[in-house]
Amino acid sequence: MTPTIDLELILYITALGLISIGLAGVVLSQHLFRMVLALVIAEAGANLMLVLAGYRWDAVAPILTSLGEHPQMVDPVPQAMVLTAIVIGVGIQALAVSILIRIRQRFGTLDRHEVAAHMDAEIAQIAGTSRDMSQESPLGERPLPPLPGTPAASREGRS
Amino acid sequence: MRNLTGLLFAGGLGFMLLSIASGLDFGAPPMLVGEAIQSVAPQETGATNIVTSVVLGYRGIDTLGELSILFAAAAAAGLVLGRRHTTAGTLTEGGFVLRYGGAMLFPLLMTIGFYIIFHGHLTPGGGFQGGVILAAAFFLPLLARPGARLHHGMLSMIEGFAGSSFILIGLVALAEGEAFLQPMLIQDTLGQLVSAGTLPLLYLAVGLKVGAELAGLLSHLAQTESEA
Amino acid sequence: MTEIELWIAALLSLTVLSAAVLVLLVKNHIAAVAAASVVSLGLALLFVLMRAPDVAMTEAAIGAGLSSLILALALRRLGLWQIDGVKSRQNLIKAINGVERDA
Repeated sequence: MTPTIDLELILYITALGLISIGLAGVVLSQHLFRMVLALVIAEAGANLMLVLAGYRWDAVAPILTSLGEHPQMVDPVPQAMVLTAIVIGVGIQALAVSILIRIRQRFGTLDRHEVAAHMDAEIAQIAGTSRDMSQESPLGERPLPPLPGTPAASREGRS
Repeated sequence: MRNLTGLLFAGGLGFMLLSIASGLDFGAPPMLVGEAIQSVAPQETGATNIVTSVVLGYRGIDTLGELSILFAAAAAAGLVLGRRHTTAGTLTEGGFVLRYGGAMLFPLLMTIGFYIIFHGHLTPGGGFQGGVILAAAFFLPLLARPGARLHHGMLSMIEGFAGSSFILIGLVALAEGEAFLQPMLIQDTLGQLVSAGTLPLLYLAVGLKVGAELAGLLSHLAQTESEA
Repeated sequence: MTEIELWIAALLSLTVLSAAVLVLLVKNHIAAVAAASVVSLGLALLFVLMRAPDVAMTEAAIGAGLSSLILALALRRLGLWQIDGVKSRQNLIKAINGVERDA
């Protein structure tokens, strides 16, 4: 086992760890601003993964230093993709942050559950229904369960 | 309970990705497109930085799409933030060091930004990096003097001019009978400052557009009133 | 590829991963933004090790610089800009109360 394989392993673990930590943050965080930060981390991990996909351990950077000779170079295509992905990422981040500012101006809080409750209340008020909806007891009629034993084709033909 | 589920989800995802990645070939990926581009890029585009020739030459229309996405994001952020309120009266002016340091850094940052943009086809760097430095140069005085205002009409002018010139260079290539955004005017002097034909012009357009967009976005974000 | 590069990469990876965990765990929002900036900076150094100087420059300028600036400005606008949370707010409340009492 040469040291180069170890370097690749370290970088892969870093990239996958960043993606996992970012997604865990998105799932677990209660605060919306923390959620944006977690998304930034996940995006950084994805960028590292993409650059890693074009990495060769025996190559040089994709810049020609002298005419005539052609040394092994790392793959320039993923690098170009990551270059644009980083710039797009900061644009999306600014958009998310400005939406957060509006949410705070509207509801006065950034807690995930409180904002969700406020939004539910507003939607219910506009729709004119009571907002006490839950997964277990929905307001409307339950859809009929499919009849057991009937093949799908005959059901379609009946309706 | 919910935290446990989330942690299990993240751990399982990491394990799954790791087990998929362990099947990959470490350190020697197949790069058919990359090798083909490397062998012909210096002759076809005249740029020694092969990443630049990929960004502007082989995937130029991709870069155009990226600029559109950035424009859409900046416009949407401006739309969401809404009308500006001036905060000039409520914020205190920066101190002596901050004000004059900002004023002294402005020309230095401009020089570095344009240097990075103009050498994008020779050395690492280019329109995106230089554009960000230009945006920082224009935003720095705003931090020192909260009352100061960026000229938003001017910024929109620069942005529109840069974006349309990017498309115009592509259309000129189309009129010459080549593909859209095909690099032209390739001289035979690889490694010179004036060598890669239209690529430095395209990168200048990208840099001006990115810089103007981000400077406008930053000043918009800085000048929005905090409390409703 | 030498031994020293391997050690540098291992150290940077450790820094990046621990900073990423810190972003989610630390209470203060300014510290969280700073930790996210550390993640980007370490990533930029890793990109240099991976022979991607273009990407490293972009990440250093945008990820570590501009993105932190945007997040910090947003913190000020979101009213989360507190250096040491509870204490400064109490001082503010005390000051406001004092002003009201005087008036």
